Amino acid sequence: MRNAFAKAVNDLADDHSDIVLLAGDIGNRLFDEYKKNHPERFYNCGVAEAGMTGIAGGLAASGLHPITYTITPFNTVRCLEQIRLDICYPNYPAIIVGTGAGLSYAGLGATHHSMEDIGLMRMLPNMHVVCPGDAVEVRLAVRAAVELKRPVYIRLGKKGEPQVHSQIPDFTIGKGVILEHGTDVALLSVGNMLSVANEVSTRLRKFGISPCLVSLHTIKPLDDELLSQLFLDCKKVVVIEEHGLAGGAGSAILEWANAKGVDASKAVCFGVKDAFLTACGSQEEARCLLKLDADSIISSVQEYF
Amino acid sequence: MDEATQFGFANVNWNLISAELRVQVLELSHQAKAAHLASALSCIDILAVLYESILAFDPSDPNWPDRDRFILSKGHAAAALYAVLARQGVLDSSQLATYGKANSLLEEHPSPNLPGVEAATGSLGHGLPIANGIALASRIQKKSFRVFALLSDGECNEGSVWEAAMFAARHKLSNLCAIVDFNKWQATGRSQEVLALDPLADKWRAFGWAVEEVDGHDHRQLESKLLAKPGQLPRMFIAHTVKGKGISFMEDDNNWHYRVPTREEINIARVELGLA
Repeated sequence: MRNAFAKAVNDLADDHSDIVLLAGDIGNRLFDEYKKNHPERFYNCGVAEAGMTGIAGGLAASGLHPITYTITPFNTVRCLEQIRLDICYPNYPAIIVGTGAGLSYAGLGATHHSMEDIGLMRMLPNMHVVCPGDAVEVRLAVRAAVELKRPVYIRLGKKGEPQVHSQIPDFTIGKGVILEHGTDVALLSVGNMLSVANEVSTRLRKFGISPCLVSLHTIKPLDDELLSQLFLDCKKVVVIEEHGLAGGAGSAILEWANAKGVDASKAVCFGVKDAFLTACGSQEEARCLLKLDADSIISSVQEYF
Repeated sequence: MDEATQFGFANVNWNLISAELRVQVLELSHQAKAAHLASALSCIDILAVLYESILAFDPSDPNWPDRDRFILSKGHAAAALYAVLARQGVLDSSQLATYGKANSLLEEHPSPNLPGVEAATGSLGHGLPIANGIALASRIQKKSFRVFALLSDGECNEGSVWEAAMFAARHKLSNLCAIVDFNKWQATGRSQEVLALDPLADKWRAFGWAVEEVDGHDHRQLESKLLAKPGQLPRMFIAHTVKGKGISFMEDDNNWHYRVPTREEINIARVELGLA
């Protein structure tokens, strides 16, 4: 996903002379092409996320369109107040990009896990929260965020995630992408869980359950129309996210259901419980530990049918 | 045009301007029952010089893209900013009268929704990183506007200030000028006692800035230093000031960080300022 991001921002910067890319001393070589093409619009801000976000605020205040990039927890939790006051309060066009969503960097330890970013970002007024599901969606999300000209948080995985989309879908911030139609259970996949959700969907269908597979790439604003339809049509609405259950996409959908007066008991949330993950190996192994792997999700969902 | 006029020295009655602004700040504090009066009084002379003599801006068009920017990073001195903006005609007196009242855009810390305010400050340590971004934007856009940021000494406790200091030095942001209102106090004690702030000027020098120490209440000195052509480095003026400056019973008394003046106290202050 991060390679797709680097390519997208490089391409967009050709046509958008207001884009300025800021990096927090990561992405070695990742932005070589961008730096070659747009040397006056790339700044390594050092290991200084608060300072970087403030710079983004100042650039945006002066009519430019900054994009900040570093590892997810450092670009969200670390500099939360700068995002809140320097970007969201004045409602500036600025894009905060976190690489390493959820358990992407599982093996690096809890310092590098990101289980709170969706919750924190969606609490900020004016912020949009976008979690692309694969490299195809990353390219579309970056373009849409640049065109939106508002505060946007984009949550990336790392690299090498399976590409799920075989063709380019319609992509609008705030509108989910339906990959498969079904009537029994809605599978709402958030960001980098798309390949897992896709596997869950395929295998459930073999068991005679009809899933509606959705890449719910935007957590704020939620797709009110799509959610209303799915809660009406399906027996269960399953939310799959590599994020804490507290404050994440599932939490957002429960809040939405309550406010909307729809039957929130249809919702089933898969995410991470209220604990630091202190022992894990790879992302796949961590997902198994936390029952966020396809097998675990399938057996839980099957119990409802 | 003689040289004095050309460089803005002529015919400015700084004593009168300064006295009138101080009375305005006292009235605002009283009207809104707002704290941070002494913090506003310690920097009001710096703001007066910036807005009277230094900044290029258009009061009738606060968003003029080529304006020089001023960021009151010590946002708790908002009353000083409002008094100066009103004097310059950016705010009118009816707006000023709403300070601290229901639905007013004039809050006790500056709101980005108020014309003339460049950044939402009040949480300390935000202004200088934002100023970096503005200085960088001026360079990227090949413009010549400059950015000035006023920090408090207590604010230099914040790590983000020093993150910004390193960035500005690395990129030689010579169109950035910062000023520390060094009144030697922060909310609960002497700034040197709360954390080891001294030697403040040397710290900034060590961070790669062109640093000068000035008397933050000497208008003509401030004016001539700020008018001087910058070199290659970002500039820092450590302005020595007195908290509560100008009113004898407030000077260097940190109780006025939070106290609000009574009508009787304002009357005494007016006599002291020659505006009774």
